[in-house]
Amino acid sequence: MSKSGTILYLDGVSVAFDGFRAINKLSLVLDRGEMRAIIGPNGAGKTTMMDIVTGKTRPDEGEVFFDGQVDLTRHDEAEIAMMGIGRKFQKPTVFDSHTVEDNLVLSLNGPRSIFPALFHRRSAEEARRIDDILGVTRLGDKRGALAANLSHGQKQWLEIGMLLAQDPKLLLVDEPVAGMTDAETEETARLLKDINQTHSIIVVEHDMHFVRELGVKVTCLHEGAVLSEGTLDFVSSDERVMEVYLGR
Amino acid sequence: MISGKFFAAGSDRRIFVAIVLLVAAAIVVPVLNVAVPAGSAFHVPPYMVALVGKYLCYALLALSLDLVWGYCGILSLGHGAFFALGGYAMGMYLMRQIGSRGVYGNPDLPDFMVFLNWKELPWFWYGFDQFWFAALMVMLVPGLLALVFGWFAFRSRVTGVYLSIITQAMTYALLLAFFRNDMGFGGNNGLTDFKDILGFNVQANATRSALFAASAIALALGVFVTWLIVSSKFGKLLIAVRNAESRTRFLGWRAENVKLFAFTVSAVMAGIAGALYVPQVGIINPGEFDPGNSIEVVVWTAVGGRGTIVGPIIGALLVNAGKSWFTGALPELWLFALGGLFVAVTLFLPKGIVGLWDQWRDARAQRQVSVAAEAGTDIDPTPPKIGRAQSGAPTGEWAKPSGGPEPQPAE
Repeated sequence: MSKSGTILYLDGVSVAFDGFRAINKLSLVLDRGEMRAIIGPNGAGKTTMMDIVTGKTRPDEGEVFFDGQVDLTRHDEAEIAMMGIGRKFQKPTVFDSHTVEDNLVLSLNGPRSIFPALFHRRSAEEARRIDDILGVTRLGDKRGALAANLSHGQKQWLEIGMLLAQDPKLLLVDEPVAGMTDAETEETARLLKDINQTHSIIVVEHDMHFVRELGVKVTCLHEGAVLSEGTLDFVSSDERVMEVYLGR
Repeated sequence: MISGKFFAAGSDRRIFVAIVLLVAAAIVVPVLNVAVPAGSAFHVPPYMVALVGKYLCYALLALSLDLVWGYCGILSLGHGAFFALGGYAMGMYLMRQIGSRGVYGNPDLPDFMVFLNWKELPWFWYGFDQFWFAALMVMLVPGLLALVFGWFAFRSRVTGVYLSIITQAMTYALLLAFFRNDMGFGGNNGLTDFKDILGFNVQANATRSALFAASAIALALGVFVTWLIVSSKFGKLLIAVRNAESRTRFLGWRAENVKLFAFTVSAVMAGIAGALYVPQVGIINPGEFDPGNSIEVVVWTAVGGRGTIVGPIIGALLVNAGKSWFTGALPELWLFALGGLFVAVTLFLPKGIVGLWDQWRDARAQRQVSVAAEAGTDIDPTPPKIGRAQSGAPTGEWAKPSGGPEPQPAE
């Protein structure tokens, strides 16, 4: 399979922890501008896959390429983030002691070394981008609120806002609607579809209602490998998928 | 939400007040000590100048710990090592100033080297007869140690209690090393019997006053620099690393470099504190590397309130004043009191004295706001839900600082 035109290219990736194969010869290709939903039961290797892509975990074997040419296995988290891969964690992870605004200030793309940060002055352009992101994530009235005081759903949105501020080429979004109401879930699906206009996205989610809402190609992982891939209807009518979800 | 704004405004004013007080003390105390006759009610006795001068050095040490522990979450249990190294660098300068006035009358070699039958000055003592060189080393040696130590520790992602343990091991290793006579730093006895600093008699009243002033000014500068650092974007990053280190990495920041910078700056500050301490107490010996000392610094910082800049200073002054009184009145109970204090602060005052004060003030401000709200406007108490309450583009309403009622003028 050719790597050109892909934003993310995984081929034959395996990783084992103490003999347990969390990822087993996983191959997955994401085209530029594509949004992909990844489903799978607990322990299917979804989060481990994200760890590999973002440089937290090194694979034992296999190829991981970003943007068709960059070998991600040779870079660490900070470098990969700077190349343009943003990640939202399963458990919303924001800077609790900072205001919503400061969370975004720290996420805005720009120089990432110590001295520019020491002498940083906020530009009008940055202020405008923060306003935009606050608008998109509906957090405008929470601008000065401490992130610790946000509701679970708002934290999820703030974290997505931080990804937007980072302006990556590829977003990895782990369980964005966990703990959200139905209305919030719909809203999030709409937001992700919006973001997808200009970014490639991988969404990991258990909520089938949400995945249907997204209306994108679905990959079902099981025991660290791709079990089935296609439309949601195709995947959910796949006998092997039903077996995995309903028990054999 | 408003408490954030309140706190920001409040803490900035507090920094300003602290700096003004310190500069005022640097001017007033020496004047009251030197110029006011001893009989006057306003006379500050020399022992008081020496005592408080010492406390100010401790306060600078506590402040340096606050930068790494309070803001970046690095609990260093070895900060006393940087303090002691700065002290040794100053001690070496003071030793060289003794010249031929030592017991053995050797113009080049300090007494302990003559005693050990050394024939010439070890290479690492070169240059310490110059004040500028010693002053440079006061900052360079602790800074370099912190840089190298931190580089290895933070790069290997040693965090939390493991980092605390290796900092403790570091100061303990230095303690053992400096105890050895072969090290060339006076072994067990350390460096003492100082005569002059910059040509002035160390024991003289005026010199002590000048050292007091220097300590107060150094502390004021320390407060200012720390405040500049923590109020910059880098300071926000420090707190971010404390909150969620992995998140900063996935945003592209190098958390290890952030910590390394703070750790190094902090070590330099601790070194300066040690250098000012030594001429005031007249001795530096390996005991300063004792792990117990470093733990005491943690207690001062915790008592005052970490992450507040002013808190550690208050903590250092109060605990040390308490120590001076306690060790005089009930010497055998002091360590129990110190331990009890730490347990009590951890249990009842997790944010220290300054944190308690803030809590009380915030609560009062909240009460005022809610009283105003009940009396006047009808404000919906429930926070707006995500999404549907507001929609569309940003409006002018968002330009307001917090969306809540305007902050009351505090106090």
